[in-house]
Amino acid sequence: MAAGTWQRKDLLGIAELSADEIRLILETAESFSQVAERPIKKVPTLRGKTVVNLFFEASTRTRSSFEIAEKRLSADGLNFSSSGSALSKGESLIDTALNLQAMAPDLIVIRHGAPGAPHLLARRLDAGVINAGDGAHEHPTQALLDAYTIRQHKGRIAGLKIAIVGDIEHSRVVRSNIHLLTKLGAEVTVAGPLTMLPAAVDRLGVRVCHRLEDAIAGADVVMMLRIQLERQSRALFPSTREYFQLFGLTRERLKAAAEDAIVMHPGPMNRGVEIASDVADGPESVILEQVANGVAVRMAVLYLLSGAGEEGV
Amino acid sequence: MKTLVTGGRVIDPSQDLDGFFDLLLEDGVVARVDESVSASDAEVFDAEGLVVCPGLIDIHVHLREPGEEYKETVATGTRSAAVGGFTAVACMANTKPVNDSRSVTEHILEEARRAGYARVHPIGAVSKGLAGEELAEIGEMVRAGVVAVSDDGLPVANAELMRRALLYAQHFDIPVIQHAEDLDLTGSGVMHEGEWSTRLGLPGIPGSSEDVIVARDLILLEDTVGRYHVAHLSTGRSLAMVRRARQAGLRVTCEVSPHHLLLTDQAVSDMEMSTATKMKPPLRASTDREALLEGLADGTVDAIASDHAPHHVDEKDVEFTAAPFGIVGLETTLSLCLDRLVRPGVISISRMIELLSTGPARVLGIPGGSLAEGRPADVTVFHPDRSVTVDAATMASTSHNTPFDGWKLKGAPVCTFVAGKKINP
Ligand SMILES: [Zn+2]
Repeated sequence: MAAGTWQRKDLLGIAELSADEIRLILETAESFSQVAERPIKKVPTLRGKTVVNLFFEASTRTRSSFEIAEKRLSADGLNFSSSGSALSKGESLIDTALNLQAMAPDLIVIRHGAPGAPHLLARRLDAGVINAGDGAHEHPTQALLDAYTIRQHKGRIAGLKIAIVGDIEHSRVVRSNIHLLTKLGAEVTVAGPLTMLPAAVDRLGVRVCHRLEDAIAGADVVMMLRIQLERQSRALFPSTREYFQLFGLTRERLKAAAEDAIVMHPGPMNRGVEIASDVADGPESVILEQVANGVAVRMAVLYLLSGAGEEGV
Repeated sequence: MKTLVTGGRVIDPSQDLDGFFDLLLEDGVVARVDESVSASDAEVFDAEGLVVCPGLIDIHVHLREPGEEYKETVATGTRSAAVGGFTAVACMANTKPVNDSRSVTEHILEEARRAGYARVHPIGAVSKGLAGEELAEIGEMVRAGVVAVSDDGLPVANAELMRRALLYAQHFDIPVIQHAEDLDLTGSGVMHEGEWSTRLGLPGIPGSSEDVIVARDLILLEDTVGRYHVAHLSTGRSLAMVRRARQAGLRVTCEVSPHHLLLTDQAVSDMEMSTATKMKPPLRASTDREALLEGLADGTVDAIASDHAPHHVDEKDVEFTAAPFGIVGLETTLSLCLDRLVRPGVISISRMIELLSTGPARVLGIPGGSLAEGRPADVTVFHPDRSVTVDAATMASTSHNTPFDGWKLKGAPVCTFVAGKKINP
């Protein structure tokens, strides 16, 4: 495995990665995906390494995905969550970090509601920091697993038409995906209610549509985003019913996409709000594959950042 | 006590003066300005190679006393002012308790007198407790020494209250200073809403948050014929409205802050979400910045004010969203203006002095801002091109939250005289 080109201590976002670095992670993930097919799903690669999972926000999916990845690499995983620990007692992020430093972990996986929180840690700590979602900023491993899944089905990313639909502004998934997919040469279109489209989003190199139908016309990949239902109380959209009428992905609407289009969703889904059940469970859906690929991609990231690459798998 | 400042380049925009003059300070006032003054009994200050100008006045600072002395006190804040070349500051009312009464005003003035570093002109609150409901006792505070009223830190959100303030303040001929911000439009925003907030995933504060309040207030001003001043104006659209209103004869003035003139919202990204780039109003788009620079040059902007807002390091050393808004500015303003505005030719050195001294004095109607004979002997002396490096750690201010840390600048304050007395900060 060609790990020699990986130079970074941290994985904070996709924005700062080069296309080559992204490809290296995806290729590394490919070799790790075979581990899941073995009868004993475990390799000794990270034996003796300590990985701290620092989750300031609940996220069952991302968290269990990282934990499984760590176990499969034989790393010692240590979990801190915001309930029942110092994190909920008003201790500052910096103090938490300094306490962790004292335990000398090799890697820290952090999920935090504030954009930039992983960057703050990375500046202070010797340990490698992996951003597992910082507010509405980046969620790099999600974008990597999405790209991995797309490549699995389409064989490539370059030249694909990819539509991302939903709450663009508050999604932690969308920015990382925009950076990654455009860096690898895809044509990305975003669509959503105007109250959920961030300012100057076109400056990120994407086409902006105001209608779902326009966004998915001819698309090879349709990526639906989760609607945070509490947004409704802030009057960003009038009702889930109206939202589904305008931006819900139905079988009928999906006909506008390319014939072999795949449908993705970062989960967890609101069925009947952003996506109809028969689409979520239909033949175009790769949603469960995304979950499976998440483990391989996270194994690759842990492996590359741990510096284990020099010794080989 | 007599001091003769000799051999300096004296620049005084109030009298259109720019040349090599001697300056005699006597009994707290400017006694003479002439090509050669002899006063054998005077202490001589050799200003050769230096610029001598009316004392700089910062009309927007937060001294944090009473109530938050761990951030700054009147003494440390005015010392910071003196180090930065300022002979006077006007301090905002959002202390704890709020400066909405004679006793708080008197306390601030007493602390300032005791410290002796710079003149302090307190600004009283518009509303009792900054609650935005009832007018504070403005007349009482004016008698105690306030020179303007403002709820700064918060906007006067209620249009009816603003209208009453504009009317009532006319009894005392003082301006009403507005922190123009629509808190509903700001929402949970922490930086300017635009490309960079989108890239960083940080909630944005749209420019319209400022603009709608300025627009509303100008309409109220037209009806009330009062005096209105926009604090830390940051958008091109607000500036255009002020320009138009002034052309229509309204008594409106405005100030801008050095950080809005020199940085844009991109700095939040460039500095990796450092909380030293978090302030209100937020660093705006480059089009806004360009408009502000134009406003400096064409005279629309009346003053440059630092909005010196000290915060404790523990409060700033957190996630961007969790940090308080505000940066310190008293010790960087003059060097930033000399190096980044005068040196590249955005404005002349005389216009800079107007923006830092004569203009601010005019906005608040306070003495100073002029070296005309008989005026207070408040003088700033600076080196027009001495190299300095901004070092947050060694500032006189208790707080060190500045985005300019490490900047290499040319031009630096040398000393100040307040009422003819040389200040040693
Ligand atoms: Zn303010």
